[in-house]
Amino acid sequence: MAHDTAHHESNTSRIWKVFILLSVVTIVEVILGIIKPAFLIETTLISMKLLNWIFIILTIYKAYYITWAFMHMEGETKGLRRAVVWTAVFLISYLIFILLTEGDYIYEVFKAGHKSWDF
Amino acid sequence: METTVANTGTEGKIWGGGNQPLKASYGKLMMWFFILSDALTFSGFLAAYGFSRFKFIDSWPIADEVFNHFPFLHGVDAPMYYVALMTFILIFSSVTMVLAVDAGHQMKQKKVILYMFLTIIGGAIFVGSQAWEWKNFIKGEYGAVETKGGQILQFLDTEGHRVALHDIAIDMPQERVQHESKNGIWYKSEGTLPTYTIEEIRAGFAKRSDLLIRTQVLTDTGEKTILSREESLRRLNTDAIGIVEGANLIHNEYGTPLFANFFFFITGFHGFHVFSGVVINIIIFFNIILGTYEKRKNYEMVEKVGLYWHFVDLVWVFVFTFFYLV
Repeated sequence: MAHDTAHHESNTSRIWKVFILLSVVTIVEVILGIIKPAFLIETTLISMKLLNWIFIILTIYKAYYITWAFMHMEGETKGLRRAVVWTAVFLISYLIFILLTEGDYIYEVFKAGHKSWDF
Repeated sequence: METTVANTGTEGKIWGGGNQPLKASYGKLMMWFFILSDALTFSGFLAAYGFSRFKFIDSWPIADEVFNHFPFLHGVDAPMYYVALMTFILIFSSVTMVLAVDAGHQMKQKKVILYMFLTIIGGAIFVGSQAWEWKNFIKGEYGAVETKGGQILQFLDTEGHRVALHDIAIDMPQERVQHESKNGIWYKSEGTLPTYTIEEIRAGFAKRSDLLIRTQVLTDTGEKTILSREESLRRLNTDAIGIVEGANLIHNEYGTPLFANFFFFITGFHGFHVFSGVVINIIIFFNIILGTYEKRKNYEMVEKVGLYWHFVDLVWVFVFTFFYLV
């Protein structure tokens, strides 16, 4: 999608569509957060509740629309898009993986009772 | 410009420096650089939050119980409604911002002014709401007791409703007065004394047999563990050393101290971004009114601050998920 800077047709209809989409996703998140369906809490996937996975996926979905539609990433060149998005995605994934793994390890150490904390 | 630059023979060659391979202006590229580095800063914060969350996976405070206030609805349990409203306000101000950018592309000054104005109002409401959230968080609602191991014990009645310290404490005469620098030999003052002493809470708790204590530890269904009456009395009489009301960076009545620390740092850092965004938007707003961009014949400046403003919204989407939902 090479962007031609010379012509600018109005995209107000697309902007409002994205706004409605973001609003609906947020409402769904809040409703799920309040009623907390039992089966979503009881089911775990890769040591996290299914509900939390849904929240995270919906968040990334919203982030995609904010970046692509509002920040106009869809109109930038492939080079700029990849320079920004890939850098962020790879660095952040690595950071999260390392820190969460380490956090879980410390939780296990605490639980194993080598160190008393509940007194 | 072309006329002032000497031909170097590199025109049209991708890596010769004679063209713009990314087809974006210098200002926009630098804004993307900044946004990417700022995104990594926020990721650092949120990943550190995730680390602590995993470390205390079975004793972290439950967000629904902490953030349940709504303006003018006192005593009503409104989990997350207000934060959801704040999210809408921020998303909406992002929409007016992108509408301003859109109107700028068509050189419609009046429309840009209106949309920028709405964006600024939205941002200001959001910052105000965040201040209100902070006020509630710092003030606290029920109060709790802290043990010598730094654990937080909260009070419940038999129906499972939270009970505030002022409903438990029995007034006991005491001679302890706040130490002030003027009457001390080392001329040092101490912090404000707590409203109640631990003895007053113990006496009140012993008298009301319908009270129970719940600990920070979460059960399998994700609720706080409620102790039996005997166990409650034992914990209160042997372990508890003081009371906690509200929150600061050292103690908070909701649970582990890290919870309040991350709350203050992450929402504070984000709130600071919103605040600076509002200030930048106001500057640009006046430039639009003065006709600066009409003279320049392009509104790219609006686009650049727009990028920053959308980024602030983007970060909030993540903060909202990880702080309030997950």
